[in-house]
Amino acid sequence: MNRFPLWGNLLVALIVLGGLIFALPNVFGDDPALQITREDGNPITDITLSGINASLDTEEIEFFQPVADEQAVIVRFPDVASQLRASEVLGETLPFHIIALTLAPRTPAWLSAIGLEPMSLGLDLRGGVHFLYQVDLDSALDQLMQTYVQDLRTRLREATIRNTGIEIVGGDTIQFGVLDPLRVNDAEQIIRVLDPLLLVDRTTVDGQPGFQIELAPVQVTERQNFAIQQNTITLRNRVNELGVAEPVVQRQGLNRIVVQLPGVQDPAQAERILGATATLEFRLVDWENDPYDADQNNRPPIGSLLRYHRDGRPELLRRDLIVSGDQLTDASFGYSQGQPAVFVRLNSQGANRMLETTQANLRRSMSVLFIEEKPELIERDGEEILRNTREETVISTATIQGVFSNNFQITGITPFEGQDLALMLRAGALATPILKVEERTIGPSLGQDNIESGRTAVLTGFFLVVLFMAFYYRVFGITADLALFANLVLIVALLSMLQASLTLPGIAGIVLTVGMAVDANVLIFERIREELRNGNSPQSSIRAGYEKAFSTIADANITTLIAACVLFVFGTGPIRGFATTLGLGIMTSMFTAIIGTRVVINLIYGNRQVERLAIGGTLGRSRA
Amino acid sequence: MLSTNLNINFMGARRIALILSAVAIVFSLGSLVTRGLNFGLDFSGGYLLEMSYSSEVDLADIRSALAEEGFENPLVQNFGTVSDVLVRLMPQDVAGDTETRDRVVATLSAQDPSAELQRFEFVGPQVGDELTEDGALAMLIALVLIFIYVMLRFRWKFAVGTISALVHDVILVFGFFSIFGVAFDLTIVAALLATIGYSLNDTIVVFDRIRENFRVMRRGTAKEIINASINQMLGRTMITSLTTLLVLLCLFFLGGEAISGFALALVVGVIIGTYSSIYIASASALALNVSSTDLIPPKREEIDDMP
Repeated sequence: MNRFPLWGNLLVALIVLGGLIFALPNVFGDDPALQITREDGNPITDITLSGINASLDTEEIEFFQPVADEQAVIVRFPDVASQLRASEVLGETLPFHIIALTLAPRTPAWLSAIGLEPMSLGLDLRGGVHFLYQVDLDSALDQLMQTYVQDLRTRLREATIRNTGIEIVGGDTIQFGVLDPLRVNDAEQIIRVLDPLLLVDRTTVDGQPGFQIELAPVQVTERQNFAIQQNTITLRNRVNELGVAEPVVQRQGLNRIVVQLPGVQDPAQAERILGATATLEFRLVDWENDPYDADQNNRPPIGSLLRYHRDGRPELLRRDLIVSGDQLTDASFGYSQGQPAVFVRLNSQGANRMLETTQANLRRSMSVLFIEEKPELIERDGEEILRNTREETVISTATIQGVFSNNFQITGITPFEGQDLALMLRAGALATPILKVEERTIGPSLGQDNIESGRTAVLTGFFLVVLFMAFYYRVFGITADLALFANLVLIVALLSMLQASLTLPGIAGIVLTVGMAVDANVLIFERIREELRNGNSPQSSIRAGYEKAFSTIADANITTLIAACVLFVFGTGPIRGFATTLGLGIMTSMFTAIIGTRVVINLIYGNRQVERLAIGGTLGRSRA
Repeated sequence: MLSTNLNINFMGARRIALILSAVAIVFSLGSLVTRGLNFGLDFSGGYLLEMSYSSEVDLADIRSALAEEGFENPLVQNFGTVSDVLVRLMPQDVAGDTETRDRVVATLSAQDPSAELQRFEFVGPQVGDELTEDGALAMLIALVLIFIYVMLRFRWKFAVGTISALVHDVILVFGFFSIFGVAFDLTIVAALLATIGYSLNDTIVVFDRIRENFRVMRRGTAKEIINASINQMLGRTMITSLTTLLVLLCLFFLGGEAISGFALALVVGVIIGTYSSIYIASASALALNVSSTDLIPPKREEIDDMP
């Protein structure tokens, strides 16, 4: 007799039931929604909340009751049109708030309360922007080398060791010669103390005994990782400033960072803020030399920099930096006496410098330098390399009227620039330049189309296979269909549990799994038919069919699983989505097709005398 | 065992099949060398814009408008419907790619105000090169791992048979894409690997039966046994291919334009894979003089198979 122990049956029932519960949140769908947060990150007040209600009511936009949590308010709308109109309306009535388009799942409260969420949708299904940035690791290393050069220079000077000048050769080696042969050992001592990890070689520089210093491999990796992490953090801060719902910022491979912004409609704005490297510098104006002379000779005097105002006026600035953008702790945009202004606050170190400088230089002028770096690909020796072009503009020059330290304002900018500048000063600067190497923007309606066609393809394919199996294998076919359905439920349940995002290639993986999942059942059923043809009893044919087909099914599925794993490891983005659903689908299909159908078949045929099996085609092979 | 009325002499026709495959491979390789693949954006780099219009548009007008704006050789084609247009541009010298996007959109909206940007993709040249390398590497590693697995389970003659079938499939699918000039992008690589998985599935099922029959059928030459095995598995092979093709055709016709290339690659792959598991895999095993001694499975197996 073919029977499973009771606990076996219960276990299978339990797994399928669990799958159903986990898959359940997906049947409710999404509402277009707005996520509203405050620019300063504080919780939304009740006053704002009633303000939202009031302005939406006035504009007669249909909406569902807003839901507020600690950070954000979510307002749902019955359709995309109301969502977009509401976004415009609220954008005007709610200054200092960030309003982001999003999709809010309609999961009932009792499901979310026990932590069940629907699958998240990939960008190709919900619309949004995907950026891939490449971090310039060479320039990260270069920055590190420069600090070593500066430190060495100072220490050698302090120890009065005269040298040929410290320079970087070939991009990764520092070298210098020592003019006094008796001090060579002292110099080496200095290098060792500076950083014992550095690789030091004795050599001859300009005919003098000297050193070649290289970074140790571990220092190189460390520096590169640091640059990537630093940039990831900065990008994450900036994304948070943009107020996108469910953004993704993560490292990819050695030197890349992926940024995904679901629901973002204007990639240009997002990009300006993500990629920009705007910062500020405060410098004293050179009060001893005439900027126009310097401009005409195109040669600034020693100790000064020649920079230009927006209108082309030259300005001479002292080389000594008072304060730079990374010493700012806060920045916000506003208006001061009708002029757009950025209000900044300095950290204590910057505040001290500012205090000393203003005390010592009353009645002199100070300039604010606006610095923007733009990455650019240039060709050098037939190879493309990433270099930054640096634009420095004087945005304001003012006489120091009094002593100030940590709080002041900057004017001389447009409102547009002011807002971006404040945002960027808040989010921090990028440690190293980044270059966008990939962008994919998908409009929301295209995403909707993709969901529709994906759903149609899955359902139609599923329906056809179900029909075919029921027709061809009768009762056995119907059990296979049940297994197929359970398989679909389990895939959806697993995807929801893992919170892996579903993409279009992911749907393709599911479709392919539907087609291939029946293979296991086909193998088993063909085997049972064969056993019956060989004159075996129905019960022993069932047993033999399942047992003999098992190793074949396992072999076949393991090899496909190998392919899926390789895809997952090597693939990114779309490929990974496909590999995930394919891999999960293979595993769940093994369970449903082998164990699941056996349970049902046993329940139907297992416990009694059976004359014949409704498996179709037992009269011979003519059907095949 | 052979109580079925179906007994096609598959192995007898193997020479014809081999010639057929050889010709197909020569054509595929020839096309790959002379024409190459029509690389999609993922590999070539550049810009892609999908625009939707309110009604049918003249592609020639769009081309000339873009050419006037200074875009060289823009590729303009319909995408799905007559009112959807795909514009592809090669990588420009200027780094300002946002500018490129805005310029194209501005040009097209000036021409027809109903033009709306649905999708924009930009892939830098360095990403394209890397993806090509990664794709090739992934394919190679998958083949090696599968070879090892089959060798452990079936001994080397079958592993050689399996891998020849897979290489055969990959070359033919590549050839198909080259000959018909279908755009080859990242999803096609995924489809190719899925094809490898599928074709393998088929091959292994047949090999499994061959192994079993070598044990069960005491008499009969290798050729006879292989023939019998293929015949016994034919029903299963056909039905599985049929159900898989059913869903793939749904994907191809209903899944939308974005996924149709992927579905097409799989449809072609499944057809070729089914054929190759019958002919290429088995025939190469036969050519290597496979005998029952090549099949004695590892000891562990014997215990597994005991009822």
